[in-house]
Amino acid sequence: MNSVNDRTRDIGPFVPGPDDDMLICRCEEITKGEIRQAVHDGMWTLTEIRRYLRTGMGLCQGQTCSKLVKGIVARELGVSPAELEPATSRVPMRPIEMRVFANEADSNKEGE
Amino acid sequence: MKTSAEVVIVGGGIIGCATAYYLAKRGVDVIVLEGSDHIGNGGSSRNGGGVRQSGRDVRELPLVMYGIKNLWPTLSEELEVDCEYHQDGNLRLGKNDKHKAILTKLANNAKGVGLDVRMIDGDEVRQINPYLSREVTCASWCPTDGHANPLTTTLGFYKMARRLGVTFISGEPVKELRVIRGKIRKVITPNNVYEGENVLVAAGLDSREILTTVGIDIPMTNSLLECLVTEAQPHMFDQMLGTAEADFYGHQTKHGSFVFGGSSGLERYNKDNGMVSNSAMTAPCICRGIMKYFPDLADAKIVRTWAGWMDASQDGVPALGTVDEIPGLFVACAFNGHGFGIAPAVGDQLAELIVTGKTKVDLGDLHYDRYKAKI
Repeated sequence: MNSVNDRTRDIGPFVPGPDDDMLICRCEEITKGEIRQAVHDGMWTLTEIRRYLRTGMGLCQGQTCSKLVKGIVARELGVSPAELEPATSRVPMRPIEMRVFANEADSNKEGE
Repeated sequence: MKTSAEVVIVGGGIIGCATAYYLAKRGVDVIVLEGSDHIGNGGSSRNGGGVRQSGRDVRELPLVMYGIKNLWPTLSEELEVDCEYHQDGNLRLGKNDKHKAILTKLANNAKGVGLDVRMIDGDEVRQINPYLSREVTCASWCPTDGHANPLTTTLGFYKMARRLGVTFISGEPVKELRVIRGKIRKVITPNNVYEGENVLVAAGLDSREILTTVGIDIPMTNSLLECLVTEAQPHMFDQMLGTAEADFYGHQTKHGSFVFGGSSGLERYNKDNGMVSNSAMTAPCICRGIMKYFPDLADAKIVRTWAGWMDASQDGVPALGTVDEIPGLFVACAFNGHGFGIAPAVGDQLAELIVTGKTKVDLGDLHYDRYKAKI
């Protein structure tokens, strides 16, 4: 995206909502209120939200909550969800045991 | 949009954010320009979280020791975020005589500048950390080292600096600096021209190209490092870990996951040169390294991996402080993959330098003008 984003733009005050206790990221147990508050603390991209709160960093790696988080952040910023870049998806595709992952090469054959 | 300030900081990583915060605390008006879309998107968010003194070059030890003594202990309260700082020591592990020689030399150098670090044998290592395999025969032990969460710490500095009135603008990659009447003045991006009485360049690897536009060249190059994180595990230990040969380094986080960093050794010849991307062989290589030291972790599942550039300077320590040729210009780059733990001290001392012209910790050994031809 790389467009100029002035973090001093006024997005209005944080207004508590009746559903702020709702869990949005179930793996890491992050609520809607925490996500909304993080936006007011300056976390204006989904990558920043994720790094600040751990949304989407749990076992499902955001497959469940990323769309919901995007909608909440977009509304708080007063922009369309389409304007927000998703956070990066990262390898491996599924959690994989160290002993299995390590088999990419056989260290015994490398003369160690 | 605000385009002029007393200080313009180029780079919204932890160095830029921390310096902005400590400047704002001293009442200085600051703009921070971040080239990417995200604050702290380079090494600040990609490192292994070490807050470490042992294993460092003696030239940067006084600065990191100052930060660990004066800034880290209260950082979470100060930034109103959980930095997850643990001061439970650092074990730098060895398996043979060659490792022991490397570690002993590092430990002796550090002792020379007053750091409490000593060599211990395999049995003492396993008293401190019972999960380590019998292969470990020695280690250096520094009880005042530790680790923290780079993500919340970096964004915590950002949050507080912003709250104190610092203007942060992301998506503003600086392309050129310009000197006006013998002093630094303009900071130019593809979109805007900013002006500052003082300019700090803290843009990691990109600092080199930016500084070249005013004739300053800091000899550094890129080197890729990768990290992996496991799913949450029961609590095992709180030390920061490394190895003599830097096979891997890491710790168990508050969340329970283990974060380990490392490399395959082939990074310099990566075919994706220029891209921050994982190599298929690196994470498995790190896993093989870890399992030799921690057999119990073999069943831990890796959930995510990532890569980051480090800005590797010719002599392994950062370029920090004033630039003689250009009044008003300051640099803070080339942290060589261990800029996180030292960052609060760098921010605090740079802010002091910019405001008062002096620092509590002598930065002389880190001045950029040490780079000279060998003969």
